[in-house]
Amino acid sequence: MKLSIGGVCKAGESKNYHTGTWRTFKPVVDNDKCIKCGICERYCPDFCIDIKEDGCHVNLDYCKGCGICAHECPVKSITMEV
Amino acid sequence: MTETKKTLFASGHRACPGCGVPIAVRSILNATGSNVVVVSSTGCLETFSSPIDLSSWEVPWIHSVFENAPTVATGVLEALNSKGNPNNTKVVAICGDGATNDIGFGALSGMLERGDDVLYICYDNEAYMNTGVQTSGATPYGATTTTSPSGEYSFGRDRTKKDLCRIALEHGVKYVATASISDLKDLERKVKKGLEVEGSAYIQVLTTCNIGWGFDSSRAVEVARLAVETGVFPIYEYENGELTNVKKLKEKKAAKEYLSCQKRYKHLFADEEKNKEHLDYIEQLTVQNVTKYGILASK
Repeated sequence: MKLSIGGVCKAGESKNYHTGTWRTFKPVVDNDKCIKCGICERYCPDFCIDIKEDGCHVNLDYCKGCGICAHECPVKSITMEV
Repeated sequence: MTETKKTLFASGHRACPGCGVPIAVRSILNATGSNVVVVSSTGCLETFSSPIDLSSWEVPWIHSVFENAPTVATGVLEALNSKGNPNNTKVVAICGDGATNDIGFGALSGMLERGDDVLYICYDNEAYMNTGVQTSGATPYGATTTTSPSGEYSFGRDRTKKDLCRIALEHGVKYVATASISDLKDLERKVKKGLEVEGSAYIQVLTTCNIGWGFDSSRAVEVARLAVETGVFPIYEYENGELTNVKKLKEKKAAKEYLSCQKRYKHLFADEEKNKEHLDYIEQLTVQNVTKYGILASK
């Protein structure tokens, strides 16, 4: 790796680092229960939840398994599983 | 690489699982948009977002040393202004509570005194979490940290939290506000307001730290919410020195409810009789907050 002057780096390159490998528990969504309120999306510290037409999608490449989404879900549609 | 969401703060940062800081930072950048230069001091945020070649920032971002983020922010602003600042680019400093309360306090005071047009946001996790939970000026009364350990001769930190919002107000800052990660819409609104102000603005955001405070990572937002609901961390807004907005509560929860869910206060509950005066004092502080800011909604 070659360092640039002043340690300047490209924007958003951290996406190349998949923090999903840190995870022990993963969120599993029951999309029949999901009301697409977007609370999990706003509170996810790793920005890996996407609310689409057909429900809630989790990007497991980055999910560290903290469980905030499952804890904050108002209808308990997310469970943390190994 | 899989498709990732379009945020101005990218996934793949190395914050601990369940960290409150990236939640706040994403909301801050949602509010500022991309026409901004962000300055950070040394701290958790700087460490986890900027390993060489793995930067999480999608906006121009600069870090210098621990104590001088406000000074660097002023420099960036002056550089922009000397070029005429054709796009009206804003400068935002996002720094931790250690840099704000202790190490960078002098530089911050200077910036606020000069009234430079910088929005300074302190993410407050109430200790030096990056280096392993040492006491900072923002650590609250009774909390145990590695430099204020509880034990036979100590009940944890024996000073109260430094009220930096008051200090900022005494500098004549036009916009001073507090926010919490439990209410992100409120945070975004306050950031937008802070950017509109001509001159300095100061916002303090409560960001929970499950490692340093000692609770399960899934409860990060819940604990921040409890801090607000118990009056430990009042949410308010000062414009031109006047208190203009307070987050009202229907009823105040007992401070105990907030304290007992965190390991940093565990020692206080090990022998409640012995520590009654400390628990009472913390409750008294929260009641003072409630009265001072008129937090209870009138029935």
